Amino acid sequence: MRNGRAFWLFVGPFAAGLLVFVYVPIGWSLLLSFFDARNTVTPTEFVGLRNYADMLTDGPFLSSLGTFSVFAAFIVPLTFVLALALALLVSQISFMQAFFRSVFFLPTACSYVVASLVWKLSIFNGLRSGLANTVLGWFGADPVAWTVSTSPPWYWLVLVTLRLWLQLGFYMILFIAGLQRIPAVLYEAAALDGARSWQAFRFVTLPQLRTTSVAVLLLLLIGAYQAFDEFYNVLGTDRGYPPFARPPLIYLYYTALGSGGQDFGHGSAGAVILTLLIVGVTLLQGRAVRR
Amino acid sequence: MISRRRLLSLAGASALLAACGSNTGRGDDGQALKQWYHAYGEPGVQQAVERYAKAYAKTPVDVQWNPGDYDSKLATSLLSGGGPDVFESTPQLSSVRAGQLVPLDDVFGDAKSDFSESILATHTVDGKIYGVPQAVDMQMLFYRKSFFTQAGVQPPSTVDELVDAARRLTTGSVKGLFAGNDGGGGVLGGPALWSAGLDYVRDRQVGFDDPLAATAVGKLRELYTSGSLLLGAVKDWAEPDAFVQGLVAMQWTGLWAVPAVVKALGDDFGVLPFPALSSSGKPSVPVGAFGAMVNAKSKRIDEAKDFVKWLWIEKTDYQEDFNLSYGFHIPPRKSISEKASKLTSRPAADAVKFVRDNAKASNPPDWTSVMRTAFNDAVSRVVRDGAPADAELKAAAGVARDELKRLYG
Repeated sequence: MRNGRAFWLFVGPFAAGLLVFVYVPIGWSLLLSFFDARNTVTPTEFVGLRNYADMLTDGPFLSSLGTFSVFAAFIVPLTFVLALALALLVSQISFMQAFFRSVFFLPTACSYVVASLVWKLSIFNGLRSGLANTVLGWFGADPVAWTVSTSPPWYWLVLVTLRLWLQLGFYMILFIAGLQRIPAVLYEAAALDGARSWQAFRFVTLPQLRTTSVAVLLLLLIGAYQAFDEFYNVLGTDRGYPPFARPPLIYLYYTALGSGGQDFGHGSAGAVILTLLIVGVTLLQGRAVRR
Repeated sequence: MISRRRLLSLAGASALLAACGSNTGRGDDGQALKQWYHAYGEPGVQQAVERYAKAYAKTPVDVQWNPGDYDSKLATSLLSGGGPDVFESTPQLSSVRAGQLVPLDDVFGDAKSDFSESILATHTVDGKIYGVPQAVDMQMLFYRKSFFTQAGVQPPSTVDELVDAARRLTTGSVKGLFAGNDGGGGVLGGPALWSAGLDYVRDRQVGFDDPLAATAVGKLRELYTSGSLLLGAVKDWAEPDAFVQGLVAMQWTGLWAVPAVVKALGDDFGVLPFPALSSSGKPSVPVGAFGAMVNAKSKRIDEAKDFVKWLWIEKTDYQEDFNLSYGFHIPPRKSISEKASKLTSRPAADAVKFVRDNAKASNPPDWTSVMRTAFNDAVSRVVRDGAPADAELKAAAGVARDELKRLYG
């Protein structure tokens, strides 16, 4: 009895919050996706699957999905490899390990918005006095409008470095935790069998990190499709968002909440499609990795 | 995951806390009318509007100041019953169709003829007025006289001259023109159409489904590729920083920047409308005005209307103070703007003249966000990626046509 009360005392507020702030909105948006819900959240005109059909033939939405599949295809492996490399380096050094661990982890504590503004306004602004352009200036190069130019698309450099800086440390910590769980005897046995360091990594470390790797890949993939903050803050202006590098969530944000054109039906349908896509890709990937 | 969970529990905690406290600070909860403003950048505006509200004797009024993405916040709050009773915005056809706004024709009375017709038109949908214009804002081209004299360039009176001037004024450390960090597509898309005698929407039809539109937007591409635009400035086009710091010879910004520019450059600058493309077009300046509106979901519509009438129709001294004491706006009422001494000196007087002769609605009620997004996307692709202008604009016109058909039937 007392156990039961304690259980609800601890779990209740959280469960209630989850219900009110997560599950009810999810259900509501599912409902809205079947209605013509322009400028209202209590629609009356049922349209069946029309919103879905519209979104699946909607050029900008499809192109944003395409762009972000490409974005995921390279940000996910890149972050994975770099985070693993960092974790291996940090766990192998014998001095000041805690210091390096903290230093690499620290950017994770930084807000996406703050980091975006630093990247956009001080490092990669288009003026001669911007940090990146100052460095270019030393080599006699002309200043580059990093976040404006689309050919070549320098904005990807800004966005990818920003995302790497912000999230590498977090995934590094996950890998370090994984590495610490690998029993030392495995390495000793491998060494006795004559394994060199690459072989030890290939046949001991990597297989032992499988669970961690799956988790990291999943989180990275979901993170890539859910990109919003840094894109919105780096590329968005008061005149809206440009048609390139537009994450699906930003497109949906403008569809559902843009001033004057609140279209919750199409916005919700797009959100459901995006969710299904993430779930689908995640399941496929889980299957592929587990074999 | 951890952070999301923590955020959730924090949100839960703050909701509990908020439920305990009163948010009006006046004690008599539910008695005060709620009035919303977006956050004006000029110091003193917030204190001023709070002072006006306090002076209203009939009903207590609580002023809420809303920093950040005001449009989205307002649009969302209008859906629920918890929104403001009175707020400032520009009416959108879609919100009128959704029954979110109260017609205010009866609030005007005799004063209607005192408001500038072109401004009133931007607040009118299907013959009814939904907002009482508070302050007129406009955008125009600022140019640095000394840079022009030095380079032997005349202020441009056609789009070709503008492109040419931008090119000739670009030297090592100075660029010819700054028109926004997106390369000008965002703010100059409308002016480009107007320069060719076209428009966003005209008589319920798409106004830019015309080969001339491609030519006009093509000029923006020419500007972008000429290397004479400043790109990636720290402050965007709405702030005059690039212009007053001498990074550019011309900048597209707004009337609101005049005091800051005068302070920095004295009389070493002039202002121009966006020039005409050809003889069929006209010079133009985008003009818009926030108006006081009443929420149709308010439980106290009559009281809200009374308050709007008092504040923006009867108290003409407040309108004068609001427009001219802090930032720099044009009072929408002719009787006030005509006697405003601040608006009779040179650059401001030019701006008033542009508004009279060349005004174009920057945000007409039937130019919805779907159309705006399609058009801005098209312009951005033409300007930045070099996409073919005729095909892009044709596609955008298609989207706009569907949307107009949905709205007007």
